[in-house]
Amino acid sequence: MKITVRVWRQANPSDEGKMVGYDLDDVSEHMSFLEMLDVLNERLTLEGEEPIAFDSDCREGICGMCGLVINGLAHGPERTTTCQLHMRSFKDGDVIDIEPWRSSSFPVVKDLVVDRGAFDRIIQAGGYISAPTGSAPEANNLPVPKENADHAFEAATCIGCGACVAACPNGSAMLFTAAKITHLGLLPQGQPERASRVLGMVEQHDHEGFGNCTNIGECTAACPKGIPLDTISRLNRDLLGALAKGKA
Amino acid sequence: MTVNTQARTDEFTDIYDLGEPIADTRAPDVDVRQRWETRRFEAKLVNPANRRKLKVIIVGTGLAGASAAATLGEAGYHVTSFCYQDSPRRAHSIAAQGGINAAKNYRNDGDSIYRLFYDTVKGGDFRSRESNVYRLAQVSVEIIDQCVAQGVPFAREYGGLLDNRSFGGVQVSRTFYARGQTGQQLLIGAYQALERQVAAGTVINHTRHEMLEVIVADDRARGVIVRDMVTGEIETHFADAVVLATGGYGNVFFLSTNAMGCNVTANWRAHRKGAYFGNPCYTQIHPTCIPVSGDYQSKLTLMSESLRNDGRIWVPKKAGDDRPASQIPEDERDYYLERQYPSFGNLVPRDIASRAAKYVCDEGRGVGPGGLGVYLDFADAITRLGRDTVEAKYGNLFDMYAQITGENPYETPMRIYPAVHYTMGGLWVDYDLQSSITGLFVTGEANFSDHGANRLGASALMQGLADGYFVLPYTLANYLADGPYEPIDETHPAAVEAKQQVTDRIEKLLSINGTRTVDSFHRELGTIMWEYCGMARTEGGLLKAIELIRELRTEFWRNVKVTGVNEDLNQTLERAGRVADFIDLGELMCIDALHRRESCGGHFRVESQTEDGEALRHDDDFAYVAAWEFGGDGGKPVLHKEALIYQNVEMKQRSYK
Ligand SMILES: Cc1cc2nc3c(=O)[nH]c(=O)nc-3n(C[C@H](O)[C@H](O)[C@H](O)COP(=O)(O)OP(=O)(O)OC[C@H]3O[C@@H](n4cnc5c(N)ncnc54)[C@H](O)[C@@H]3O)c2cc1C
Ligand code: SF4
Ligand code: FES
Repeated sequence: MKITVRVWRQANPSDEGKMVGYDLDDVSEHMSFLEMLDVLNERLTLEGEEPIAFDSDCREGICGMCGLVINGLAHGPERTTTCQLHMRSFKDGDVIDIEPWRSSSFPVVKDLVVDRGAFDRIIQAGGYISAPTGSAPEANNLPVPKENADHAFEAATCIGCGACVAACPNGSAMLFTAAKITHLGLLPQGQPERASRVLGMVEQHDHEGFGNCTNIGECTAACPKGIPLDTISRLNRDLLGALAKGKA
Repeated sequence: MTVNTQARTDEFTDIYDLGEPIADTRAPDVDVRQRWETRRFEAKLVNPANRRKLKVIIVGTGLAGASAAATLGEAGYHVTSFCYQDSPRRAHSIAAQGGINAAKNYRNDGDSIYRLFYDTVKGGDFRSRESNVYRLAQVSVEIIDQCVAQGVPFAREYGGLLDNRSFGGVQVSRTFYARGQTGQQLLIGAYQALERQVAAGTVINHTRHEMLEVIVADDRARGVIVRDMVTGEIETHFADAVVLATGGYGNVFFLSTNAMGCNVTANWRAHRKGAYFGNPCYTQIHPTCIPVSGDYQSKLTLMSESLRNDGRIWVPKKAGDDRPASQIPEDERDYYLERQYPSFGNLVPRDIASRAAKYVCDEGRGVGPGGLGVYLDFADAITRLGRDTVEAKYGNLFDMYAQITGENPYETPMRIYPAVHYTMGGLWVDYDLQSSITGLFVTGEANFSDHGANRLGASALMQGLADGYFVLPYTLANYLADGPYEPIDETHPAAVEAKQQVTDRIEKLLSINGTRTVDSFHRELGTIMWEYCGMARTEGGLLKAIELIRELRTEFWRNVKVTGVNEDLNQTLERAGRVADFIDLGELMCIDALHRRESCGGHFRVESQTEDGEALRHDDDFAYVAAWEFGGDGGKPVLHKEALIYQNVEMKQRSYK
């Protein structure tokens, strides 16, 4: 099929950037979206033009490296990662707009590549269980009800892609933060640091300039892993509890 | 090139030279069960007050790197780590699906450390070191404890205890898992532990930094040259020891189940500086991947092997039969694995299943685009178990397949084809995980150590974490106990030289301005490797491949087109450097495969098979590790042999008939 893509080109963080259009004549419906961009990049290279910079690594929907806003939607029209999106979701003659995640906390590095270092810093602020190597008790000493373990797992499947931020009108990263709070807070091992974790992570979240959550729900709708909105309720409960106890 | 086919051990003296044998001198000479304890006791300790003065560089933040960085940071060393992605959490360990082995014997089904050791040595087709494998089995038990303490949400039973499954054709249930995302959960555990140390100030992590050279000063690894992938700045970092945890090199085949960025550059640069490369030709090819759909294909996706428990593999009996699967009647189908291997059927080991698929496709009986695929059919399973049961067991895999191919596997059989998945070869290390460069340690998939010629399922995750959490912290401390080493700075000739090598190469790549893209070279290399150094290898094919690769190298350095500049985020430049190293590695892989005139594990030499077409090892001639020394550009690599001695497990030929 024939399609036109309009791609955000921005040479560096201080460049203003603009949309540039490219026509593609021979797109197979079996190509992945990123393979379509690969093909375009091969052509641009041969024409002596700089290829479009975009991030991807696993191309299996698990590493969280890819992420494009496609026709205004984070990761595009299907509920999946950009790398798992295929051209069969589009049709002949389509004009497709491709932009980077838009958030002041994710500054554009070049073209479609952004800096998501803020997510690592939120984890540094408490998104862990302190378990020095060698100090662990026998694994089966502490049974975990299957239901809790399963819920913890579901929250832990967050891939840190940042689509939730890109989709949120407030640019909030609450879904990402809440997924971690939920994962660790549902496990017995996560209890001792529960209060300090939520305080630290939320403080860092705000410090990075992410917006407030006003329960709009765009994040969950865009999340390729289906992290549910109730993780945010859990975060809020933990936060209120921790604040009530006084700073841990 | 002249070929002498007289004896198996004849050397191709025009292609490589034979060097002195080498040996592992670090494993204590006591019973295998006591070796690790003895080594740990003998290892020198570092006074906690001195640790802060000792710097360690760790390249890689996968399971092997992140676990080491977290543990060494916690212990008080001054750690600097690097990864090429934008976050340490994205290392390719994240993609592992199936699970991680540990000899916990929670099932009381006869498992033990000794049995895991035995299975892994046998699974490696008697080409791994008993000492290392035994230690791996020993520490496997601690890994699970460590991960659970960190909050890794493994699958559990209703009673709240950890669940296990059986994996990769072994008879005990020793695999721990977190649905189909075990690698992700283990890596996030290690990543969080790493970030905790970053917050504590013991680890400095640099993302989007690619290591391009190792600094070997006064015969010790003392630092690395890295490129800041955003600004292009070439940085020099020094340390008392360097650890490479940079993963596998399956992308030498272009198409593999590895991530786009997986590379051999760190390993190859170290190899050029004196680190021996162990068994480069040992590659694992996984039978159940989604086939190639077109020439734009950028990577391949693995689907869990568990599918073979209920799916039946077949192709049409007639070559060139292009009717849709539903129109091919039962008696015109060939369930070739069930036919050839009646007792194991569709569950034969990975390499046998892969090769069988290749053969039927070579006969023109393959299905799907280009005839490179075989059917994996669930129709019988759906009739027998009901659609709901099949969906409960494999639903997520079916969805993934449907997502990628646009076909519904409940209605039409899946198409699968083998793909490169794991590389058992890697930098040669001793029992301490130290390479042949003093002070350079190598862990995880990047080293050659524990899997011999073939890796069992669920044992790579185990190895990465064993190395990082439990082995390296002792053996590296033993090395650091003699430090801090004499401080060096950017004016040291070794640092100047290494930096110059990096800048010269980048300048060269940017100046060629030829007519072919980097990817076109990578694809061509991949085609050569897959054709001649893939599932079945012959002497003639390998000799041809070596010639083709040499031509490709010349063409690459004459005609590659790398756009842009160094002082920028330049993904073409990144790829160009990696492909250049893959070309050199590809040649060495073919040389290694050529010299090993036997079949073992993932290395199948057509000339060495039984009457039934089974792999035939030659233990008298080849029970050794091939450790290759770099022979200079245009020079011949030098082969050093490390003899493998089996004191505990008796060497046997395998049979799956
Ligand atoms: C699809 C798939 C499924 C798998 N499933 C299983 C399974 O079920 N069970 C199992 O046991 N094993 C499995 N494996 C194998 C296993 O996942 C890997 O062998 C293992 O995770 C490798 O870990 P690692 O830490 O050695 O390397 P990786 O996780 O690959 O990490 C490499 C690190 O090195 C960095 N790096 C590389 N080069 C450079 C450079 N030049 N400069 C700077 N940084 C660099 C990367 O950024 C990354 O951080 C699977 C593999 C694949 C591909
Ligand atoms: S919560 Fe969902 S959208 Fe947000 S980072 Fe995690 S996986 Fe991505
Ligand atoms: S590239 Fe890894 S999730 Fe898309």
